Amino acid sequence: MAKKGVPLSEMATSDTHGEDSPYFVGWKVYDENPYDAASNPSGVIQMGLAENQVSFDLLEDYLEQHPQEFGWGCGVSSFRENALFQDYHGLKTFTRAVALFMEQIRGGRTQFDPQHIVLTAGATAANELLTFILADPGDGLLIPTPYYPGFDRDLRWRTGVNIIPVHCNSSNGFQITLRALEDACAGAESMKVRVKGLLLTNPSNPLGTTITRPVLEEILDFVAHKDIHLISDEIYSGSVFSSDEFVSMTEIVESRGHQERERVHIVYSLSKDLGLPGYRVGTIYSYNNEVVTTARRMSSFTLVSSQTQKMLASLLSDKEFTENYLRTNRERLKKRYEFVVEGLSNAGIRCLQGNAGLFCWMNLGELLEEPTVEGELSLWNLMLHEAKLNISPGSSCHCLEAGWFRVCFANMSQQTLEVALMRMKDFTEKMKAKQMISSL
Amino acid sequence: MRVIVPLQAVVQGRGGLVLGSLIPCALFYFLQLYIRRDRRSSSASNLPELAPMPRSLSRSLLSPRGSSGPARLSSRGASVARDDDNPYYVGLKRCAEDPYHHSSNPRGFMQLGLAENWLSLDMIRDWLVGNVKEPLLLDEEGELSIHGLATYQPYDGLMDLKMAVAEFMGQVMQGSVSFHPSQIVLTAGATPAVETLSFCLADPGNAFLVPSPYYPGWDRDIKWRTGIELIPVPCRSTDNFSISIAALELAYNQAKKRGVKVCAVLVSNPSNPVGNLIDRETLYDLLDFVMEKNIHLISDEVFAGSTYGNDRFVSVAEVLDSENFDRRRVHIIYGLSKDLCVPGFRIGVIYSYNENVLAAASKLARFSSISTPTQCLLISILSNTKFITEYLKVNKEQLCDMHALFVDGLKRLGIKCASSSGGFYCWADMSMFIQSYNEKGELKLWDKLLNEAKINVTPGSSCHCIEPGWFRCCFTTLTKQDIPIVMERIHRITESN
Repeated sequence: MAKKGVPLSEMATSDTHGEDSPYFVGWKVYDENPYDAASNPSGVIQMGLAENQVSFDLLEDYLEQHPQEFGWGCGVSSFRENALFQDYHGLKTFTRAVALFMEQIRGGRTQFDPQHIVLTAGATAANELLTFILADPGDGLLIPTPYYPGFDRDLRWRTGVNIIPVHCNSSNGFQITLRALEDACAGAESMKVRVKGLLLTNPSNPLGTTITRPVLEEILDFVAHKDIHLISDEIYSGSVFSSDEFVSMTEIVESRGHQERERVHIVYSLSKDLGLPGYRVGTIYSYNNEVVTTARRMSSFTLVSSQTQKMLASLLSDKEFTENYLRTNRERLKKRYEFVVEGLSNAGIRCLQGNAGLFCWMNLGELLEEPTVEGELSLWNLMLHEAKLNISPGSSCHCLEAGWFRVCFANMSQQTLEVALMRMKDFTEKMKAKQMISSL
Repeated sequence: MRVIVPLQAVVQGRGGLVLGSLIPCALFYFLQLYIRRDRRSSSASNLPELAPMPRSLSRSLLSPRGSSGPARLSSRGASVARDDDNPYYVGLKRCAEDPYHHSSNPRGFMQLGLAENWLSLDMIRDWLVGNVKEPLLLDEEGELSIHGLATYQPYDGLMDLKMAVAEFMGQVMQGSVSFHPSQIVLTAGATPAVETLSFCLADPGNAFLVPSPYYPGWDRDIKWRTGIELIPVPCRSTDNFSISIAALELAYNQAKKRGVKVCAVLVSNPSNPVGNLIDRETLYDLLDFVMEKNIHLISDEVFAGSTYGNDRFVSVAEVLDSENFDRRRVHIIYGLSKDLCVPGFRIGVIYSYNENVLAAASKLARFSSISTPTQCLLISILSNTKFITEYLKVNKEQLCDMHALFVDGLKRLGIKCASSSGGFYCWADMSMFIQSYNEKGELKLWDKLLNEAKINVTPGSSCHCIEPGWFRCCFTTLTKQDIPIVMERIHRITESN
């Protein structure tokens, strides 16, 4: 960006927005040439966006039966009240509904108090808000790798906080180990960075796996020992293929009689599980009253439209609907996942065994010219421009092992997915043939 | 009396005046040197995890250390968590806990501290009832589809809404200027709009010059997370609180002497809390000033459509249109909370002539995006320009009536108001009723009004007014029948003073 003319801030002119990373570059290429079965069959298929479109019909059915809720959301008599409503506590009916929904996802194994819910315009804002509250500029947040590329921007840009990666690897399925946590802390110390918290994504993005109970226990012990905060981003908690495979950090906290709960904060949103990213509904759930109060005050910068709250309050409070939705959505995601894994397997591509999320974590290491970031990006580029598939390279997610890629499968129709898998197969065959020839 | 000098923000910390000013300034200098050295060396290493932005150490020294006990908050968090004893917020809270209602709670608190307009909501509601029958979820083929509402959309707002808002802004300014959708970034309210814009224009430790009295919310909205200082530049009752370029010049030089970089002048027009308009000549002078200093001008015009009286509102956009000023330094804050009475829906606007600012702001908008269904609803409402024209006209008439009634009521109590032509409030001079002519005296009166008369008004000191005794009284949440009750309650206090 040109710096001449009227001076702007460092923030405006820095590139910490991270949008030059391949993760976002791929999106731009897709935007310029998006696939459409009828009008643009040779366009780029977007497999780099974790959006859930598989269950829209369920929402549309609900709408057909309850049209007044999706109209302008407010009945005549309550329009005025709704239009004026900007209470940071959120609409009571809505926060209660969100609490209930979060409980349902966890099979009723934990309870959520609506008064501890702080609403934000999306989980992006929730994560940034917590970072502002828990850490000062120059402090560090531990984040296990690979992690969601957006964190580099969302957690660092305006906050001035550093991300300290906790490196995980394929030797144990990328599980977080105590050793990795300790190493990361030691690294931070040597850089004179004060670690203030650990941010987990559970289920993990980009791995598509849930964190096991023993590891969660170990993590809670670790943060307690280090006297730091723990943010558990559980936005994919409703997208676990088998509901009993998900253990929330809230369950660990409750199983310990609420010890250590003052340091645990949950982030949730309706963007993934409910497929409503456009609605901008995120939430922070904290057991810590001070955090709740502070987050609530700061949520002034990122309030959820009162109309949206009203619209969704009824939908989320409808237990019959939500139970059916959660169950059906899980089944469909599971089916998609299995379909993709099979398709990739036919192309000779292995995936990490996943059990959640809108994506799978696949390994194309064999196709790399060299097992480095450059090799990985070169392959990614080829896939984008030749196979016209936008997938996310592991290096964007700070994965130390080259060759891993995240592939999203829930943001398109079944037909498009089939086309994508076909292209993947053709591409890998071509690459393998090339490799054979060059090795002769 | 609060010390209204450039060191005010510094003095708000726990340290004494000397320590509070000298130490941070010194540290600020040393840190700048250190950071410059450090940045050069760290750019050589390949550590993407390190944040590139330097921060002023002085900030964390001034604000208290994080709370004690396990799992402390950051300094930033702790200073926000502290209970706000600013009368502006205390009053709002008391009112919310025990609000007046003419039949069910006639002894409750009357809210004159919140600039919300309840006068014209029924017009919007009636229009919606008559016009938006189908749900907003029909796609191009008229099929029920949630796709358009549910999926990720541009974070800085739908183009259709930007177009509708640009059109609306043009109507609000009565056709004197046209706005371009490509220069708009939409945010969830004017609150994040002004913060996001601030993040783009200034670094931590930099400052904005703000003619005072000014809107108390800015002390939070702008200072909290950005680390930017707001330097009040006092305006005086002798010239109806008009902006003085000489005062701006003085404040700028004082800041310079302290080593503080001023990045922008921030004004509200119509003014909050006074309600007066900036005249064309002053707008020219402001533009000359910021050009000469090579800084920005932020004009918060959220009340542009809520004017009454004889003076015509002139937006800075109108002046730019007609003259050859350097536009890249001009930015307008707007929103629908005031003029369209829908604060709950969260629609704010950054309007800028600077493409770099727009580029940065549109990326930052991800943290405060507007809900898509709400955007669609607003597109419906705003697109009906005939309704909007009628609405704006009737709204102004109602504001004018209420304003006249209210100001007249105060006059009968011997309370004069500053001359105002816009906004939801009047700026009343109650200095003759305060016992000691200082901030303490003013707050005593405020307290009596709040806790005895149960009227929440905003004291001038919350707005950084240097003349004690002025109060902002909002009248747009009242009905005409409420006015005599308000006056009677105020009278009870003033007659005993």
